[in-house]
Amino acid sequence: MSLYHLQKLIYQLNRDPAVRRQYEQNFEELLAGYELTAEERGAIREPDIGLLYVMGVNGQLLMHYAALRGFEWDAYLEAMREGERRYGPVRTGLYKRAGGTS
Amino acid sequence: MSLVFAGVLSHAPGITGRAERADPTLRDAFYASLDRMRLELEAARPDALVVIGAEHFANFFMNNMPSLCVGMADAYEGPIEDVEWLRIARTRVPGAAELSQRLIAEMMHEVDLAYAQEWRFDHGIMVPLNFLTPRYDLPVIPVNINCQGPPLIPLARCWAFGRALRRACDAAAERIAVVGTGGISHWPATPDSGKINEAWDRAFLEKFLANRRDELLAYTDEETYRDAGQGGFEIRTFIALAGCTEGSRSELWFYAPIPIFAVGCTVAVVRIEPLITD
Repeated sequence: MSLYHLQKLIYQLNRDPAVRRQYEQNFEELLAGYELTAEERGAIREPDIGLLYVMGVNGQLLMHYAALRGFEWDAYLEAMREGERRYGPVRTGLYKRAGGTS
Repeated sequence: MSLVFAGVLSHAPGITGRAERADPTLRDAFYASLDRMRLELEAARPDALVVIGAEHFANFFMNNMPSLCVGMADAYEGPIEDVEWLRIARTRVPGAAELSQRLIAEMMHEVDLAYAQEWRFDHGIMVPLNFLTPRYDLPVIPVNINCQGPPLIPLARCWAFGRALRRACDAAAERIAVVGTGGISHWPATPDSGKINEAWDRAFLEKFLANRRDELLAYTDEETYRDAGQGGFEIRTFIALAGCTEGSRSELWFYAPIPIFAVGCTVAVVRIEPLITD
């Protein structure tokens, strides 16, 4: 797991116009700049918002990436619930403290 | 006494971004309380507004995360988020760099601080400003308490920061307003978004309104996470404000859970008493 790098990618994507341009122009090159596992790269690419949540990505980061990828608010919440159903409880990070949020 | 106004208010992005989905009666009563707060703030004729907030990975990340950071810029901008998502237009917010520098230097005698001359406000500050200074004509000094990436600063140090801020305000000639914005219980941006523990909120508010230091500092992060969600960690902003106004009681102007805003919406104003020095 490399939650730090996964979250850093989303943090920079959310806040830096240059990173956003790279995302739009050459997504694979952008991904290559971060130490991600194959599962993490796949979840970002898809995007599998539910899996990203289960991987431990903080919602304060994830909700903006979901919006960038076209998820309306309710769809974003449902994607996380679907992620828990499909992949199990949150694996690491803040939400693992009490075995997930639900 | 140069602290001329103090209060707390909520900042959830849904307050502006999902406004039309809220119960209109509750929403409009909440907005009315925020506007009443604006009027009282304006009546205090502040030279600057300190906003003690808890940003959400807009400027600060785990590569270099300060527990406490104070802005020291001539101007800021916000919101950093998509303006359509938050429904607050991107704007330039005036700062008060020279006053910031004096406050920071004074506070450093008592607390360790980071400072920042670049800062892009997220909803954590922009939503309060949208209601309190809608013309963006009052210089703002942002303060961030890390409430997002543990390990988090202990509550007692938030109180100590608040006291240091008060002493620094009292040493300045300017008329200074301070607001805290955060919490209270909420599970923002998670599958449990919209869940609000009203009983927990009201118990916390009772302690906050009476400025009961020992009871406020008795919360543990484990209990807070269990009962008030990860958003509950933002009680640090209320506790810093309570430290800044130690010995003063507050009036609760509004509290109501508004689930689509994902928080128990709160407005409270402090009746400021002189700080009792040790």
